[in-house]
Amino acid sequence: MENLFVNTAGSIRNIMENSGLSPLLSDAVLVMFKLLAILVFVLINALWLVYMERKIAGYIQCRYGPNRVGPKGLLQTTADIGKLISKEIIIPRGADKILFLLSPALIFAPPLMVFMVVPFGENMAAVELNIGVFYFLAVASLSTVIFWMAGWASNNKYSLLGGMRVVAQMISYELPMVLAILGVVMITGTLNMSEIIRAQENTWFIFTQPVAFLIYFIAGVAECNRAPFDLAEGESEIVAGPFTEYSGMGFAMFFLAEYANMVLVSFMAATLFLGGWLAPFGLTFIPGWIWMLLKVYVLIFLFMWLRWTYPRIRVDQLMGFGWKVLVPLSLANIFVTGVAIKVLDMIGW
Amino acid sequence: MLPEGGVILIFLIVGVVFGAGGLAASFLIHPRRKNAVKEEPYECGPPTQGPTWVRFRAQYFVYALLFVIFDVETIYLYPWAVKFNSLGLFAFIEMIIFLFILVVGLWYAWKKGALEWR
Repeated sequence: MENLFVNTAGSIRNIMENSGLSPLLSDAVLVMFKLLAILVFVLINALWLVYMERKIAGYIQCRYGPNRVGPKGLLQTTADIGKLISKEIIIPRGADKILFLLSPALIFAPPLMVFMVVPFGENMAAVELNIGVFYFLAVASLSTVIFWMAGWASNNKYSLLGGMRVVAQMISYELPMVLAILGVVMITGTLNMSEIIRAQENTWFIFTQPVAFLIYFIAGVAECNRAPFDLAEGESEIVAGPFTEYSGMGFAMFFLAEYANMVLVSFMAATLFLGGWLAPFGLTFIPGWIWMLLKVYVLIFLFMWLRWTYPRIRVDQLMGFGWKVLVPLSLANIFVTGVAIKVLDMIGW
Repeated sequence: MLPEGGVILIFLIVGVVFGAGGLAASFLIHPRRKNAVKEEPYECGPPTQGPTWVRFRAQYFVYALLFVIFDVETIYLYPWAVKFNSLGLFAFIEMIIFLFILVVGLWYAWKKGALEWR
């Protein structure tokens, strides 16, 4: 079980090399297989998470949530996707047509690209990139531009306001996130995600870097534009922010990317702070990739719990909290981590 | 072996093709019923007033400026953090001085009111 996927990949490679494909070509085919697996994983996750979110929201608000389509409402999201594909894509008059359509076409690329370096289990990252963490930070922040494209191209005041807010929020919370991860990098001395997990063999970094985890988690919620930081969408004030004018498949793409981003941020949190595939309490009979998924789902549940429990905060509170609390706190965290490492080094611990 | 850049390129292409393909599939099957009212920019009913693409809120620009300053800083911080254990005390003190200058910058922006939302 532990090596189920690794062995599958190995046997696919063997089959290809035995049938006389060149190493380069068989590599490319194997990458395509991994890519397909990741794509299917992300899509199924998005389908399932929308259902899970609506169910959790339902139970938190003392109602049932979806329960009509399929057993216990399990096919609700599938039906929704079918409906969204068959709906007309309306392009508002005066909109910048190219940017308007380019934005939903591009929005799914950054999360998918980052999934390349996510270690789903031991030796299960599609690529062992030696700058994995940096790659995540660089590529994930590309979404900001795409959201802004959507907000600007729609020729709608709500979209413009929402787009502006997305940019302001995402760049403000990018900083604490980047600086919080720095504490982990200082301890491990590597940017490779698998190496970071291996460095947590003895203690998970949530225990040595609790402040960093907290900052990362809050910034992660804000980066995903989820409540209580969903000012960009803010249904009750600016309709749907940058997505106001999108209908049908365009809207579905944004929705899909939002859930993909949430899964991604949870995977990163599990990798950086919760020991990734490592089993707690020596429960190694459960395979590592199941542990990874369990941790990710606990974090996602936390995301949803937060969303349906707290009210949306005001825009001045949002910016104030980011710049006046999280940024100084993360800078202090770097300083304290550095001093602690040096002092522990000196006393030879 | 396939270089890492090649894999990144494959992921990028497939990500874009997936998004564009989804939209294209929808374009093939969706109904097309054009209608002047339907194409109005959505503003809860009333016709939209004035142009949308205007210049507004310099405050956003201030945040963007601050972001650029700190983001450039992180480019320096990451290589330092990777080599932190082998660099010794001198590099650490140097980086503290570097951070201190930035904290002073943040403090200055704070006192100037650049972080207040107006």
